[in-house]
Amino acid sequence: MTTQAFQRIYTKITKITKATCTLKATGVGYDEMAVIDGKRAQVVKIDGDDVTLQVFAGTEGIPTNAEVVFLGKPPVLKVGPELAGRFFNAYGTPIDDGPEVSGEEREIGGPSVNPVKRMQPSKLIPTGIAGIDLNNTIVTGQKIPFFADPDQPYNQIMATVALRAEADKIILGGMGLTHDDYLYYKNTFDNAGALNRIISFINTTENAPVERLLIPDMALTAAEYFAHDCNEKVLVLLTDMTLYADALCIVSNRMDQIPSKDSMPGSLYSDLAKIYEKAVQFHEGGSITIIAVTTLSGGDITHAIPDNTGYITEGQLFLRKDTDISKVIVDPFRSLSRLKQLVIGKQTREDHPQVMNTAVRLFADAANAKTKLENGFDLSDYDERTIAFAHDYSEKLLAIDVNIDITTMLNTAWELFSKYFSKAEVGIKQSLVEKYWHNN
Amino acid sequence: MDKNYKTTGSVVGVISNLVTVKVDGPVSQNEICYVKLGDTDLMAEVIKIIGDIAYIQVFESTRGLKVGATVEFMQHMLEVTLGPGILSKNYDGLQNDLDKMDATFLKIGEYTNPLEDDKLWEFSPTATLGDKVTAGDWLGSVKENWIDHKIMVPFSFDKEYIVKEVVPAGKYTIKDTIAKLADADGHTINVTMTQKWAVKKPIKVYKDKPMPAKVLETGVRTIDTLNPITEGGTGFIPGPFGCGKTVLQHAIAKQAEADIIIITACGERANEVVEIFTEFPELIDPRTGRKLNDRTTIICNTSNMPVAAREASVYTGMTIAEYYRSMGLRVLLLADSTSRWAQALREMSNRLEELPGQDAFPVDLSAIISSFYARAGFVHLNNGKTGSVTFIGTVSPAGGNLKEPVTESTKKAARCFYALSQDRADGKRYPAVEPIESYSKYLDYEQVQNYLANKVSPDWVNEIMKTKNIILRGKEAKEQINILGDDGVPIEYHLRFWKSELIDFVILQQDAFDNIDANTPMERQKYMLELILSICDAKFNFDSFEEINPYFKRIINAMKQMNYSEFNSENFNKYLNDVNQTLQERRVE
Ligand SMILES: Nc1ncnc2c1ncn2[C@@H]1O[C@H](COP(=O)(O)OP(=O)(O)OP(=O)(O)O)[C@@H](O)[C@H]1O
Ligand SMILES: [Mg+2]
Repeated sequence: MTTQAFQRIYTKITKITKATCTLKATGVGYDEMAVIDGKRAQVVKIDGDDVTLQVFAGTEGIPTNAEVVFLGKPPVLKVGPELAGRFFNAYGTPIDDGPEVSGEEREIGGPSVNPVKRMQPSKLIPTGIAGIDLNNTIVTGQKIPFFADPDQPYNQIMATVALRAEADKIILGGMGLTHDDYLYYKNTFDNAGALNRIISFINTTENAPVERLLIPDMALTAAEYFAHDCNEKVLVLLTDMTLYADALCIVSNRMDQIPSKDSMPGSLYSDLAKIYEKAVQFHEGGSITIIAVTTLSGGDITHAIPDNTGYITEGQLFLRKDTDISKVIVDPFRSLSRLKQLVIGKQTREDHPQVMNTAVRLFADAANAKTKLENGFDLSDYDERTIAFAHDYSEKLLAIDVNIDITTMLNTAWELFSKYFSKAEVGIKQSLVEKYWHNN
Repeated sequence: MDKNYKTTGSVVGVISNLVTVKVDGPVSQNEICYVKLGDTDLMAEVIKIIGDIAYIQVFESTRGLKVGATVEFMQHMLEVTLGPGILSKNYDGLQNDLDKMDATFLKIGEYTNPLEDDKLWEFSPTATLGDKVTAGDWLGSVKENWIDHKIMVPFSFDKEYIVKEVVPAGKYTIKDTIAKLADADGHTINVTMTQKWAVKKPIKVYKDKPMPAKVLETGVRTIDTLNPITEGGTGFIPGPFGCGKTVLQHAIAKQAEADIIIITACGERANEVVEIFTEFPELIDPRTGRKLNDRTTIICNTSNMPVAAREASVYTGMTIAEYYRSMGLRVLLLADSTSRWAQALREMSNRLEELPGQDAFPVDLSAIISSFYARAGFVHLNNGKTGSVTFIGTVSPAGGNLKEPVTESTKKAARCFYALSQDRADGKRYPAVEPIESYSKYLDYEQVQNYLANKVSPDWVNEIMKTKNIILRGKEAKEQINILGDDGVPIEYHLRFWKSELIDFVILQQDAFDNIDANTPMERQKYMLELILSICDAKFNFDSFEEINPYFKRIINAMKQMNYSEFNSENFNKYLNDVNQTLQERRVE
């Protein structure tokens, strides 16, 4: 995009709605940024010489004679090594009292990677959490959200995972973060001595909600710089994508678009996919891994936001409180990492796939037995054993505060199998049973 | 009108990728045009015309586009280039060769040649001077990988022609003239190895399209044994996210008994396509011993690629499939996911402010899906040979609820229904195809029944029905047990339930990631099913319901080990022996 030799200033606005202003202007490009009455805005519609601008902070107080300046370019971010350790707002302006960043100006939300230039993700990211490493192993270049109710400690878990992941850079995209959560991230990273590896783009609840639409693209433009230009291993944290989608919904409703399911815009799938698909493993070694949070309302995953997310991401990590042990676990039933089969049993011990599946199946048997119990039926001996197994499995493996390596996880699982079941009940390939069964 | 005069226009409005253009001459619906944005040309398609205003959907991002930009109309619809060199290619939805692009990131307005203009192909003629030919007739062939790629009379040739000249066997490029044909008026027309075809127009150069009769083996037991699909058949796989649509389609792509596989990744994940790029060049087709990649073409418009080109991608796939069908080949076309295509239609229809149908989808959604599925089929070619396009699409219903427009429309169009169930996926009972709701209408076809009787066994169709019945009765028994309690029902109910579990674990469930279990040839499927039915027919002696569960688990375990072992190998027979011994413990003669 070429920049204008001089900036054109307009002062005659013909229409103002809650989110948009329309004015007569010429030579304006689609998606171009503008400043209207000091507020940032973006061109969303051109009809002859009628240009409609979406005003990120809302149109409150904008007069019809407000000054409109077109900037001649779409939203941009200056990228360079100086980004490291800095905090920015949704427009990429520093909010940490530090100097302006110098570097190459890049359009945000640029084109995607040619699929044939991608590499199949294959590097395991260990987190020490069995609900992830054992059951839903994640790899670099993957995109995966936590599905969590708003009262669950997802920000704490994300910060823990981020610090254990051994990434070269961690990029935090905060959308509708409470100020306290923002400070929590800042302090946690600071205490871990990791601040110089972190870049943050923050929209808090104190900022205008529509501004957060820029956050993921800002974060991912920075991520592409470090992963592609510098061949670094980049981890992007996006929290909370439900609040991002809510902002999409506000905009589309205000622009009178026909809503589809749950009043979400019909383009929700494509809008979210454009963000998540930035996750990539490059051949040169750099990678972008995206870990996001999608908060649920009342655990409903059929709502359009988690539903569309599930169709896009490579699995989901479902947080729930296990009433047996009163701790948060990554639910083995609804959680899934679709890239796990690329590494389990290959970069981890050979028995990993079967052990994982068997443990989950036995955990499911325990859930059935519990239902039976609730319905007032007698339990068989097998039922009793599965319930005892499930308790140990939750406590020794699933609990989110357990931090052990994958081989220890596998050994623990075999220990529990051998303690509660016969070899036939476990039903694992004979050759593995012979090798790993306790007290063979 | 001057044929060389191209209509031009200038942009008057932009909303996302819907652009309005004031034109200075005639334009046609679905005509392709290019919008100038600086030095780049953005490809677009006309989707509505009012007076001198054309509404076009741009296949790229319109960022930076301004009023006044010039537009040039191309006088043709969206078309693909057909000719040798398509196999093993990785195309985008508009048939650009992705491997010919240098940059890591896709460049807006970069269009690459789908074929190689200067590659030499070893051509052998089959037509002779004086032959009377019509569109689609074979003039000769070249070896594309190991496939006999027929060079045909171009599909747009709508008359009868006489062969005036065919070049001798030798090396030619796709641009060289390989034959000269004369029409009734004596006009001579040159034929090369390549032609263009509009993707939305079905290729109909066949004699007739009879009812499909032959079963297409996929190696997936829950399909082949329970609900087989035919050569030239249609099927679809609806299911909530994460239930295994893509894994199932990839398994079919690897194993199916087809000559050509076209995979259309339509609005899905890039990493899933990368998986195919990475694996297929390494994998061997068990039937031919050749590289899987040799018979495969991938068309990908992943979810982050321009939305408008998503719709194009399924049509591009279908057109290429029809092209190879005309060569007398068995083509399998897979599309994942057709819901994304429907959503692209919805986005555009909303921007056009058309009256929305259910869930804001366009009102003609059902008709669009039906006419697409109708392009599949088994055909008799003019020369007596046969060819087929089998089509299997996935559907991603919102919220996993099958009562939504895309699923319902597809159900009307496709003959096989492979419904994936969340419960089965949650219980890791993969593939999660629900055995009771799923169906293959082909099982009702007399031709298919006869085919199975000859090919598998005279009693096969009855055995399938019997199997389905056992599964159904097992489910009913389970419901009764859940209501009345383990000891509130006769022992017989537990037995019924465990017989259905036996079928579930040994036949229905199949490990797509195990080298041996993943692919089961029909002979082995027959063997296992008959073994299981003999167990289901047997009478057993149990004193209490509590004995049934561990007993059947032992049988299931041994039979699963059989599934993991090479057919008829020493290990296989060892586990078979285990099964038989276990049976002897309780079977009453
Ligand atoms: N046959 C199978 N054997 C073993 N695991 C399977 C099988 N089918 C599916 N899975 C598991 O389920 C996961 C999800 O499967 P898949 O990606 O095919 O789902 P999908 O229905 O295509 O989902 P989406 O609609 O989101 O694309 C896989 O990554 C794998 O872990
Ligand atoms: Mg899929």
